[in-house]
This record gives sequence, structure tokens and C-alpha cells, in this order.
Amino acid sequence: MQNKSLDFWVGLFVLLGALALLFLALKVGNMSSLSFNKSYSVISKFDNIGGLKPRAAVKSAGVVVGRVGDIKFDDTSFQAVVTLQLDERYKFPKDSSAKILTAGLLGEEYIGLDPGGDAKTLVGGDQIKMTQSALILENLISQFLFSKASEGSGDSK
Amino acid sequence: MISQLGHGVRAWLNEMGFAFRTLWAIFINGMGLWKRPRLITTQLHFIGNYSLVIILVSGLFVGFVLAYQGYYTLNRYGSEEALGLLVALSLTRELGPVITALLFAGRAGTSLTAEIGLMKAGEQLAAMEMMAVNPIQRVLAPRFIAGLIAMPVLAILFTAMGIWGGYLVGVQLVGVDAGAFWSQMQGGVDLRDDIGNGIIKSIVFGIAVTFIAIYQGYQAQPTPDGVSRATTRTVVISSLMVLWLDFVLTALMFK
Repeated sequence: MQNKSLDFWVGLFVLLGALALLFLALKVGNMSSLSFNKSYSVISKFDNIGGLKPRAAVKSAGVVVGRVGDIKFDDTSFQAVVTLQLDERYKFPKDSSAKILTAGLLGEEYIGLDPGGDAKTLVGGDQIKMTQSALILENLISQFLFSKASEGSGDSK
Repeated sequence: MISQLGHGVRAWLNEMGFAFRTLWAIFINGMGLWKRPRLITTQLHFIGNYSLVIILVSGLFVGFVLAYQGYYTLNRYGSEEALGLLVALSLTRELGPVITALLFAGRAGTSLTAEIGLMKAGEQLAAMEMMAVNPIQRVLAPRFIAGLIAMPVLAILFTAMGIWGGYLVGVQLVGVDAGAFWSQMQGGVDLRDDIGNGIIKSIVFGIAVTFIAIYQGYQAQPTPDGVSRATTRTVVISSLMVLWLDFVLTALMFK
């Protein structure tokens, strides 16, 4: 009889641990990012991806529609090849364009997908042709300074 | 002088060798224990259930304090919304496993050492051997396995309790937005890199603390003085070991 109640308490202890783990997995960790939804992958080439990282979000109209799979460098075109894993529930026209955006001023970078008007949709293995690189702050500043400097030299003439 | 050094090194090697042989013997004998699960559940009740109260209460209060302190710092940068992420990451990655292991060493480790040490002082272990019962299999291995199971469970409970405590203070008392608290947390905590690595840490700490406790009890001088000294050594060695292992594991997992 005493063994029975002991088993009960031990079982309760382990069950409590399992429940806490479930709480951590569902409420604290992002279980949904370990997406069990089927996805299809599309590649796109960018001149410069800035600080984009694998597993960054792919958003269309602000809604997360997929994740960045992996990022490679193509040494024939000297571009970054980014694999996008898009949720199979969402279809996009073949002439959609991808651009790298930043959440907030200095936030994390993600890919924005703008749908085009083609009747055909993207399927696995396709390439998104129209891309726009990340905004690199240093380049912007140097361009700004350069144009200021040329303005200044124009005045002195 | 040199021979003293040599003697010290030899004694240390001897000690290490004996410790790892004991650990190996516990592993080998633990294999056969699945036939007698009752031995393990008894110990699990003793080690796990009785540590529950101190672990849960400490977890709650660590969460409370973490939320207050985190809010105080984050408020200066105007990013109180990240409080949930701060609390969850500190608890899952570091504080959960480490504080649980330190408390576990104090609560369960000492009682294991004292129990085994007294068994030895009372010549119960020797009596078992006389009756052809292997004390490693009958006494040490069930306690070791129970510690191995209990430690990760306790660490997970501590972490969950701490996050709940952080929520209570952060959201209910200080007034961080509940949606931001949870969504920042879910956005930033990775199931494998943060929660998984925390659990790996707690398993390693469980092995270290339980083994040190059992080994100190098994090696204690069979006198009241020897048992008390072994109990002290358990706390000191296992606490230092936990902190050192934590550093090593964090460095290994750091990317």
C-alpha cells in the first residue's frame, strides 16, 4: 500500500516536469518556428544581403509567409544566393520581387516579398528574378558625403 | 620538495582513477537495474519530490528579482518590452540549470553523502558484501540514476517557475505589456539552442553532483567526524564543479 502512494508521488513529480517542459516549448520557445507545415523552396540572388541571417522571416504584406533557408555565395556572378522556404499554403505569382528590409531603424533584417501580376505561380526550385539589395548605412552615408562634396566644389567654381 | 610534489600528483592520480572506476562500476551495475525499478523510484521520491518545494520557491523568487532588475536596466534604454526575452533567456540558458544544481547539491547531495557515509560507518555496506549483495548495485547505482533523472526535471521546473515569476512581477506589478512580454520571448528563445542546451547542462550537472555526493559518501572515513567532513566536501566540490562545468559548457555552446 505504501509503495502505491510512493509511485503516485514519483509519477506526479515526473508529470510535473513534463508539463513544465511543454510550457517551455510552447509558451516560451517558439515551437511554431520549427514549422511542421510543408514548404517549397525558391532561390533569389542579391547583390548584397547586408546582415540577413538564416532563419530570418520572409514577409509579404507584413505577414510571415516563410523563412530564409540558407545563404550561399555564387562565385560566377559574385552574388549572394538566398534560399527562401515558403509555406505551401501561400502561392505567389512568378514575377514577384524580393527585397531586403529592416525592421525598425536598426532592427533585424528580413525579406519582403511583393507579388507581381503573373498568372503562373512560383513552384519549388524557381528563382525570383527581381531583387533589391539591403540598404547599407555606410554606403548611404558615403554617397551623401560624396554628393555634398561635389556640390561644394561646384560652388567654388 | 620534489618528492612531495610527486607524492601529491600520485595521490591525485590514484584518487581520480578510483573515482572513475567507481563511476564505471555504477554505470555497469546501473544497467541491470531496469529489472528492479522499485529501487530507483524509492530514491527518486527521496531525491526529487523532497527537493520540489525549495526548487519551486527559489525559482519563483529568482524570477521575481530578475524581472525587477531587468526592468530597472531596460527602462533606461526604453526597451521594457524585451523584459520577457531577458528573463526567459537568462533562466533557460544559465540560471535555471546552475542554481538548481547548487540547490540540488545542498538539498539532495548532502543527504546522499550522509546516508551512504552512515551506512559505511555502521558497517552496513560491509555486511551487504558478506551476504554477496553488491553494495554498488544495491545502494549506489539506484541513487545515481535517480539523481540523473531528478536533476533535469527539477531544472525545467525551476525555469518554468522563474518565467512565471517574471511574468507576475513584470506584467502584473510593473506593467509591461503582456503581449509584448510573451511575443518577444517567443521570438527570441530557440527551442534547441536555448532550451535544449539548458537541459543538456542540467543533465551534466546532475551526473556531476550526484556522483560527487555518492562517491564522497562511499569514500568517507567511517567515523562521525569523517561523515561530517565528507558532507562538507560534497557541497564544496560539487558547487565548484558545477560552476566550472558551466563555464566549459557555455564556452562550448557559444556561437
